Amino acid sequence: MAKAPDAKKRGKARPGSTEGGLSQEQLLRGYRDMLLIRRFEEKAGQLYGMGLIGGFCHLYIGQEAVVVGIQMALGEGDQVITSYRDHGHMLATGMQARGVMAELTGRKDGYSRGKGGSMHMFSKERNFFGGHGIVGAQVSLGNGLAFSNWYRQTDRVCVTYFGDGAANQGQVFESFNLAALLKLPCVFVIENNKYGMGTSVDRATASRDLSKNGTPWHIPSAQVDGMDVEAVHEAAAAAVAHCRAGKGPYLLEVKTYRYRGHSMSDPGRYRTREEVQKMRTERDCIEGARHKLEGLGVEEAAIKQIDDEVKRIVQEAADFAQASPEPDAAELYTDVLLEV
Amino acid sequence: MARMTYLAAARAALAEEMRRDPLVWAVGEDLGRGGVFGQYAGLVEEFGPERISDAPISEAAILGASVGAALMGTRPVVEMRFSDFALCAVDELVNQAAKARFMFGGQGRVPLVVREPIGMWRSSAAQHSQSLEAWYAHIPGLVVACPATPADNKGLLKSAIRCDDPVVYMEHKNLWPLEGEVPEGEHLVPFGVARRVRAGGDVTIVSWSQQVHVCAEAAEALAGEGIGVDLIDLRTLWPWDRVMVLESAARTGRLLVCHEAVAVAGFGAEIAATVAEHTSAKVRRLGAPRAPVGYAPPVEDAVRVGAAAVAATARSMMGR
Repeated sequence: MAKAPDAKKRGKARPGSTEGGLSQEQLLRGYRDMLLIRRFEEKAGQLYGMGLIGGFCHLYIGQEAVVVGIQMALGEGDQVITSYRDHGHMLATGMQARGVMAELTGRKDGYSRGKGGSMHMFSKERNFFGGHGIVGAQVSLGNGLAFSNWYRQTDRVCVTYFGDGAANQGQVFESFNLAALLKLPCVFVIENNKYGMGTSVDRATASRDLSKNGTPWHIPSAQVDGMDVEAVHEAAAAAVAHCRAGKGPYLLEVKTYRYRGHSMSDPGRYRTREEVQKMRTERDCIEGARHKLEGLGVEEAAIKQIDDEVKRIVQEAADFAQASPEPDAAELYTDVLLEV
Repeated sequence: MARMTYLAAARAALAEEMRRDPLVWAVGEDLGRGGVFGQYAGLVEEFGPERISDAPISEAAILGASVGAALMGTRPVVEMRFSDFALCAVDELVNQAAKARFMFGGQGRVPLVVREPIGMWRSSAAQHSQSLEAWYAHIPGLVVACPATPADNKGLLKSAIRCDDPVVYMEHKNLWPLEGEVPEGEHLVPFGVARRVRAGGDVTIVSWSQQVHVCAEAAEALAGEGIGVDLIDLRTLWPWDRVMVLESAARTGRLLVCHEAVAVAGFGAEIAATVAEHTSAKVRRLGAPRAPVGYAPPVEDAVRVGAAAVAATARSMMGR
């Protein structure tokens, strides 16, 4: 082992993080990023319906404020890792919509050259580490990303996302202990969208407050309204500052809601149409941000401009994803430890 | 006989066994709403949530608790949804369930069925497509079943539930909608007895699970060319029917083993080696390249062993 890293060196803040509420400019940016995810996912749903996307496809619609609020609290070089409901995370980290969409259609210009699909994409450049299909598995990997920050004596932070369903996995609790023991710079984010596939949190989890799941290891935590991008950002800024200061991990439980099924084949019989409709009409994060912007006096034309820009990006991504050729079958033999 | 799907046949088997024996119960994620593929549809209505038990996404805890429950004489049927997910619980299965009977001098038995659906299915990519049957065949103490037909999915599941030792029960996801004739009521398929799919005298082909149907298609084509295939569906990998395979291979002088799983260190290697040790038959193996399953159709298809490849290999063994 190399010599122990110097805690003081790790404590230095770097420009890129913001703290507290959002400025009008930031809120506009947040609105734009959430809308991009929403429109991207709607388009992905359409392409799936047309048979251009196959296999598993888990849409993020409804949860956009979570990744956007958190990403705005991060700086360049901070890492992100998540599960298979990952399109929103990728767009939030700055990955290109066209590359994500081309992976969904299984084409050679996709981020994984068509080999990964919806659940398995990476971008070293944007510090996005996937994209994992086994529930909870990314949480222990996130500890390793955080460990490398500590080991290399940087002040970078890893954000490890997982769902309420994954919160019951054994390795999640093992990872909490390890992160607390080693004081790893890791923000654990439980995206509590109320359902692990078709099972509600109440039926799967004895704990009534997931933000307290790190209590045995004294991991500080907060519970956040995940339908409000400002609230998410504020809580994330505090969590990130804690980790960046070398004080160890932090746990955020973000209360959110997915409007669509678990995946494309989910008939959704475990909840009522009214429940979904109520969230859509009363709590939608994008509508909420739009109202705030209007209240701040932002002109309709400025919002319309964002809507048009997002529409253009998504259409361009969809066109690109259909025009890109399929990978050659020989791709099977690349990036494998294999002797033919 | 009744005509039903592979999926419905297994559901009927479980329901019959639960009616017969009150100690049989099932546990897994989303069973209460019928299971992720619908394999448990309607069962919670008949048997209640105590016996068709929903569990959180906690594979290790589910399987470990089931081992304990089995040691106490109940008969859990554990649903892991995908064989890929079951890897989260491999310690409980390999270190605990498989060894308890031996380690405790026969005092403890583990009458446990672990359902682990396998195989490529609708572009499911690298973490939802694997066929890992050879892993479990390697472990002393485990039975490994890989049904290929609706009738066998009923008869083997019933046998698995009645077995006093742990059974890794691997259904193929792509076979769920396959229809076939299924005997009604008491239909038990014993372990270690293979099924002769078609008789022939030129080449023995041994396979299991979905790949049996691919081999049957190849055998049909070969029959038109005057090549008689003795096609054997192994049904269970452990125990496996050495008698039928060795007799056939000795008679035809040619053995081809074919499976969807990766060829390297696949169970085909075990069969090929056994046949080579006991007969003078020429042996060949066909399986997937040692690569993960890709998402895009051209890459996914590149790991499939198709009927054309099976037929071509058989022809080459015939010197054609």
